[in-house]
Amino acid sequence: MHIIEVTQLQKHFGDFKAVKGIDFFVEQDEVFGFLGPNGAGKTTTINMLTGLARPTAGTIQIAGHDGIREIKKVQRIIGIVPDESNLYDDMSGYENLVFCASLYGIKKQEREKRARQLLKQFTLDDTGSRPFKAYSKGMKRKLTIAAGIIHNPTILFLDEPTTGIDVESARQIRTMIRSLNNQGTTIFLTTHYIEDAERLCDRIGFIVEGRIIKVEETQSLLQEAQREHIVEFKVEHLDEGVIQEFLQSFNQIQVPRISDQTIRISSGRPIELMPYMEFLTSHNSKVLEAKLVHPSLEEVFVHITGVEIDRLKKEKEGKK
Amino acid sequence: MNYRLMAYGNILKKDMQNYYLKPPNLSWGIIFPISWTLMFFLRSGSDVDIKAILPGVMALSILFGTTSMLSVTITFERKSRSFERLLLSPISLNLLMLAKTTGAIIFGIINAFIPVLFASFFVDLGGIQWTLLFSGVVLIAVTSTFLGLFIAVSVNEVFEAQTFSNFFRFPMVFLCGLFIPLEQLPRVLRPLSYLFPLTYGADILKFSVNHQASINRIVSFAILLLYAVGLFLVSTHNIKKRWIY
Ligand SMILES: Nc1ncnc2c1ncn2[C@@H]1O[C@H](COP(=O)(O)OP(=O)(O)OP(=O)(O)O)[C@@H](O)[C@H]1O
Ligand SMILES: [Mg+2]
Repeated sequence: MHIIEVTQLQKHFGDFKAVKGIDFFVEQDEVFGFLGPNGAGKTTTINMLTGLARPTAGTIQIAGHDGIREIKKVQRIIGIVPDESNLYDDMSGYENLVFCASLYGIKKQEREKRARQLLKQFTLDDTGSRPFKAYSKGMKRKLTIAAGIIHNPTILFLDEPTTGIDVESARQIRTMIRSLNNQGTTIFLTTHYIEDAERLCDRIGFIVEGRIIKVEETQSLLQEAQREHIVEFKVEHLDEGVIQEFLQSFNQIQVPRISDQTIRISSGRPIELMPYMEFLTSHNSKVLEAKLVHPSLEEVFVHITGVEIDRLKKEKEGKK
Repeated sequence: MNYRLMAYGNILKKDMQNYYLKPPNLSWGIIFPISWTLMFFLRSGSDVDIKAILPGVMALSILFGTTSMLSVTITFERKSRSFERLLLSPISLNLLMLAKTTGAIIFGIINAFIPVLFASFFVDLGGIQWTLLFSGVVLIAVTSTFLGLFIAVSVNEVFEAQTFSNFFRFPMVFLCGLFIPLEQLPRVLRPLSYLFPLTYGADILKFSVNHQASINRIVSFAILLLYAVGLFLVSTHNIKKRWIY
């Protein structure tokens, strides 16, 4: 079942088009991720889905409700974790949670119990009585997530849940998200970290400059990536002339990266190394290392978004 | 308990604990009317004078107590983004704004009666029409709170809210007929007086305490109510337009 269904969604700010007519759906019980660079329109989309921004055009269906006209009904069953904490600075962690729960009609005893339980779950029980402003960045993020799920939402929206916090906190948060999902919460998250998308999401939507350019299951994206053969050479030094000559001599192969010390080549077929080694040695470039690179989602991402950015540039130039 | 009522009560309680009952606010909200009261009362010697000045001091306490609060409870919360949390909660915008303003209204009403308490030590308060006085105080508190709300949602910064509210408050204080009777105001300024809600509120207070009035009380009540409803609607409209963008 599609718990979220979005059609032709647009958001304009004056003349600027932040979201340019996107279509996508989110399956019940899945983790769906929006992956895109800064300014792609991720937050704007979340704001429209959660009722903080009004779409310029398009429709939103969430759990059988009209996500625009019946937003107050939708807000009862969704949880929202914004990219920046929006809790009360002067209230303690515990008070913040209890207050948030009261906005969703949870009874006093119940909300106090739930707040204590969440503080414990997020290993914040020692600091529950400290004012929120005294929390570290990672603790703030965790408490904001706790506040977002205090009413056991059916769908949880997370805007960049792991940005700006240390590795250990990010790991805890990913574990949290996974276990929430295992308990049946549908997750919609945004990120510009490929690892997050790879580790957490069942499906990924790539968004660039307000357009969705691809929506695909993470598994099949990875398989697609795995079909690529990538080799990286580390060399002592390459000057500009040699680089140009290299690109000309091997114009059949893709060269996703080349600099004065590394060359990365990729192909859909196995790569024979000898011609490259010979070329480099004959140009007095000592090869220090040649290694096989395991393709990850990053390659797919660069591939997909790179192509798109090139196309967009061409479109713009075409208009002029 | 109905979830709406619960949310309303808890927002109100949170604001009370976080803002209204905090020492800086208590000093501003309570000491301010006390010092006004003392200042006026010490200067005026006789019974008649104290009672003559009482409606004015009450009106001022309400006006300053309420309008100054909204820049904190709303503009500041908006700035720190916690207001978004409320906008994203499942209660309607109208109920939310009612919850956010009830604190200021109650605070304004309490502020109004501090001068009365003081006056009771010095003069005989017999002859005051208490029901009318209380209704007047409530209506002034509601309208000036909603005026503060209107200002708070029309700006982005706390200091703008404060500057902007002085722009309304000071002319209102001088032109509402409390310190200079309406009849004695220069002819050119008089229409302006009739534009300010405080003029009608002050007139109700004056009548309740001293039985003098320049305006029909039914008219005053009606105009204050209209102002309250109007300011509230314009404010929620502004929030929808500016903050749910
Ligand atoms: N209120 C607004 N008024 C005008 N432009 C806006 C507004 N909000 C967002 N934008 C613009 O819309 C575009 C998309 O912004 P958005 O915040 O959705 O990006 P994002 O994908 O969340 O980026 P990031 O990864 O940096 O958070 C940006 O160019 C931004 O400047
Ligand atoms: Mg963003």
